[in-house]
Amino acid sequence: MRTRDLSYWLFLAPVLIALTLVVIVPLLFGVYYSFTDWNGITSGNFVGFDNYIKMLHDDEFGKSLWFTVKFSVASIILINVIGLSLALVVTSKIKTSKFLRTIFFMPNLIGGLILGFIWQFIFIKVFASVGDVIGVEALKGWLSTTQTGFWGLVILMSWQMSGYIMVIYIAYLEGLPQELLEAADIDGANAFQRFRYIIFPLVAPAFTVSMFLTLSNSFKLYDQNLSLTGGGPFKSTQMVAMEIFQTAFGENQMAYAQAKAVIFFVIVAIISLTQVYFSKKREVEM
Amino acid sequence: MGRKKYYIIEIIGVILALLWLSPFYLMIVNSLKSKKEIFTDVLKLPKAFNLDNYIEAFNQLEFIKTFLNSLLITVISVAIIIIFSSMAAYALSRNKGKMSGVLFFIFVAAMLIPFQSVMIPLVTIFGKFQMLNRIGLIFMYLGFGSSLSIFLYHGTLNGIPKTLDEAAKMDGCNKFQTFWYIIFPMLKPITVTVGILNTIWIWNDYLLPSLVINQEGMQTIPLRMFFFFGEYTKQWHLALAGLTIAIIPVIIGYFFAQREIIKGISDGAVK
Repeated sequence: MRTRDLSYWLFLAPVLIALTLVVIVPLLFGVYYSFTDWNGITSGNFVGFDNYIKMLHDDEFGKSLWFTVKFSVASIILINVIGLSLALVVTSKIKTSKFLRTIFFMPNLIGGLILGFIWQFIFIKVFASVGDVIGVEALKGWLSTTQTGFWGLVILMSWQMSGYIMVIYIAYLEGLPQELLEAADIDGANAFQRFRYIIFPLVAPAFTVSMFLTLSNSFKLYDQNLSLTGGGPFKSTQMVAMEIFQTAFGENQMAYAQAKAVIFFVIVAIISLTQVYFSKKREVEM
Repeated sequence: MGRKKYYIIEIIGVILALLWLSPFYLMIVNSLKSKKEIFTDVLKLPKAFNLDNYIEAFNQLEFIKTFLNSLLITVISVAIIIIFSSMAAYALSRNKGKMSGVLFFIFVAAMLIPFQSVMIPLVTIFGKFQMLNRIGLIFMYLGFGSSLSIFLYHGTLNGIPKTLDEAAKMDGCNKFQTFWYIIFPMLKPITVTVGILNTIWIWNDYLLPSLVINQEGMQTIPLRMFFFFGEYTKQWHLALAGLTIAIIPVIIGYFFAQREIIKGISDGAVK
């Protein structure tokens, strides 16, 4: 098929039109809006970098950004540790392997919004009840403080995503050369040594993929944030995605929200590209 | 390595699985209790097996209508994404020129753009053209879904020899016939993957429909669930029954297609 052919363009036309109208044009408009004082109704005036300068002094945005970063770091570590552990459990020669995979993966099929509501019940009602029974005060009033809200989100996210990451690790673990593992056994390697020197280096590419997925998922988290804590108490668990939404549709500061959205895009792009770059480099060295 | 070791791993696995299931267990057990019972005994089993909460939540959610709304939007969007992404990926893989390279790069790069970065202008522009409706929503899903789908199709198509296309051409097929009768059937495994990934995403999506089709009567399950939950925050017995009802179709789907789903997810992530 040559680019001169009509059929080439006919094959591409539907997705090209859709991508252009849904992603590219809004992105360009968005960058333009971020330099205006547009409020969503009247067409705005050009104000240069005003919105971006305002952002530097915006405590709320700074806080949500920092909260998002902390959340992402905690989630990435936990999800990968749990995900790899689950993968190691279900790939060992146990009878319930298939059944366990099915269970661990299940939360990923259900929407983040619904999962957030389920966990809201567990944190508020069940935790309080358990706290009563075993006499631990700390279990009461979950989600009512910034700290418990933070861990609530991390627990929810880890429970949901570990099964997904497990599936990725399984794909690599099942491709491990058996001779190598047997050779290690014969040489008298213990379980830890087997893991440290054989399994871990060989599943490193899986780490690249899962790191990319966990990072971008936790950084862009919205549904779970909305339904579990709603950003509360006092917006202290509000992550960036939700903060942008609030600025735009809650406070009707469209242009300002758009400037935040542009910065958000830049951060996501830089993190994703750096992460992929370094992970790839590390893989080669191993 | 002794057998004993596997028993220990097996037990650990089962305990973990029970832990994983506990949120669902707590949801279902409490959805059968009365408002008062949840208040006093969260951890106990329900006193009586009573489906009243379910009947009321089912009616309040207008579940049949909401379910059909979700089904309609998901099925049409996924079908369109499959058809148009596979066609586009075919064109890009059968022409390795500069233009294809640039277009492929744009499609892949679009995956990096967070939804929030285009959300505000997207809603404004589509609003101006009176396109904040279901057709607009499906079109948006095509735009957002095409990137990953083209990426996945492209990888598979590169492995299908061009000689097949040439043979079809000799037999008098035009480009469309070659694609639909010869190539597309060969793409079935990756089509399943693309279909699964997009179905899970679109079925569960909340933010985009909330911005585009928020009218009564047109709401999808996540949308309707959001309002339902807001109204019944203090009435956990109804809220929990509603959540359970919303999850049931997904679990039924998972039960029938779990092999394909897990394989699809793993293929999609590893490629």
